[in-house]
Amino acid sequence: MIDVDPIALAGAKPRGARPWFHDDPAVERVLAITMALAGEVAVLRERLDTLERLLTDRGSFDRADIETYTPDGPAEIERQRWHAEFVARIFRVVQQEMEALEQDPAFNRSVAEIGEELGNT
Amino acid sequence: MEAAVAPSTPPATHVPAWHHVARHAVMPEPTHDEMARFNFLANLTKRISMLSPGNRLAWDRRVQPSFHREHGHLIEDRSDARKAMLADPYFQTWSSIRRSNMEMRQQAGRSMVLRQINELNDKAKALNEGASTLRLDPTSKVPYYLEVTDNHCMPGSYHTELGPDDVSAAANYDCGIFVTTGGSLGRLIDGGGKAVATHLRETWPTFSPKRILDLGCGLGHNTLPLAQAYPDAEVIAVDTGAPMLRYGHARAKSLGIDNVTFVQADAQFLDTWDDGRWARELGIGPDSFDYIQTVMFWHETRRSTFFDLFSKVHKWLAPGGLTLHVEQPQYTDDMDLFEQFIRDWDSWFNNEPFWSQMHDIDVFDAMEQIGFPRADQVAFRAAAPAELIGDQTGQPEDHGRAAVWNVFGAWKPAR
Repeated sequence: MIDVDPIALAGAKPRGARPWFHDDPAVERVLAITMALAGEVAVLRERLDTLERLLTDRGSFDRADIETYTPDGPAEIERQRWHAEFVARIFRVVQQEMEALEQDPAFNRSVAEIGEELGNT
Repeated sequence: MEAAVAPSTPPATHVPAWHHVARHAVMPEPTHDEMARFNFLANLTKRISMLSPGNRLAWDRRVQPSFHREHGHLIEDRSDARKAMLADPYFQTWSSIRRSNMEMRQQAGRSMVLRQINELNDKAKALNEGASTLRLDPTSKVPYYLEVTDNHCMPGSYHTELGPDDVSAAANYDCGIFVTTGGSLGRLIDGGGKAVATHLRETWPTFSPKRILDLGCGLGHNTLPLAQAYPDAEVIAVDTGAPMLRYGHARAKSLGIDNVTFVQADAQFLDTWDDGRWARELGIGPDSFDYIQTVMFWHETRRSTFFDLFSKVHKWLAPGGLTLHVEQPQYTDDMDLFEQFIRDWDSWFNNEPFWSQMHDIDVFDAMEQIGFPRADQVAFRAAAPAELIGDQTGQPEDHGRAAVWNVFGAWKPAR
């Protein structure tokens, strides 16, 4: 019989120093916490989706039905698509940064610069 | 009117949901929310790979031009590439998200496993009871390279035991690799082994090994396709982690595969350990195997082990025998510097200290030095069968994770 604290051990640190990427580690800390919260929003949404589908399909259900629910093919695609859109919404700012790098610099100028070109005085 | 902006990447095909993962007898029982968490994380992995082309753009448009302005020439090696990219805000954000994803995947898998650790250990114990095909050795020594850092951020690595009969490290590996590979390894995470077994049967249909050795087998996920392809063969699967072997043996048994003996040993010393215990008991020695493989193993060892153990592979292989090794692509001179750099991410940022060096080794030169003539060497690309995922053509590659591998190896000339 092994007696462990699953909550503490689940989040244990692996051996080896953690690399930090942002110039200020505080930014990274907050980003990591935000991502964890985003994950839990996704979990809640999937649970809500399960409740709605069970209600629609069966009218009533108990907790065990939730735990063992398996979406059929079309339901799986709808649910996975929701996850895909969700993470795309969360990281919109990164997507736009990528697109800014890709765009013709002519279409990536400041309003001041454009205004000057347009003849603002 | 707004002009349509061309998307940077093609639209995603959907990531399969976790419920497709095969529920063999020792797979942890998931709750609804644990599955949902894996689904979120697998979709996050996919999103991260779709944002990866931004790193190439930052490299081309920002990092290289700025390096050129400062030094009068472009970046020429991976070390400078890494230093320069680490200062780029896009790469910083992308890497920070990717690292968090790895850490979250570990926590998600471990929380699911650890809350049911005793049930899992009991299930494995019941399946393993009295089996002569599970050969644990509590005196076996974990190699230093596995102790000093936990590969791919996996706390406790493959070998840590939280108590007697523990299988938790393996259960965590088995349930969660789905996240980092987006389901691309298939229901039994055996895409690598299956790809090799299929290639063997199709390319060399008359090859029929009687004795098979798999080094660094983990939980045997890539061993089993070989054991199934050659059901009359005696398969010996070696790993240093007792939890992997207990779990792997029970898993194989529950899948109805019984021709694999799981052995706890440091592969490098398999023939000499404990005054030649395994040499005597399992017949490890010169010319003793017809087929020897590793799957995603070498990059988790060290340089001296690569050369020493590969020499032993040559020694242990029977004349006319074949050895194959599955890895991510090697860094060759014709591989673009940025691609080398981005493939190197796991080495520096996901606790894989030998990854970078391993992929720099000219494996064909190395094999020749070891005694495998060039003419008898083989190399091919192997892809996992598209069991759960659709056609990935046009999708951005998740560098270092894609289920398309580089396979290299050689035949040992017949006498």
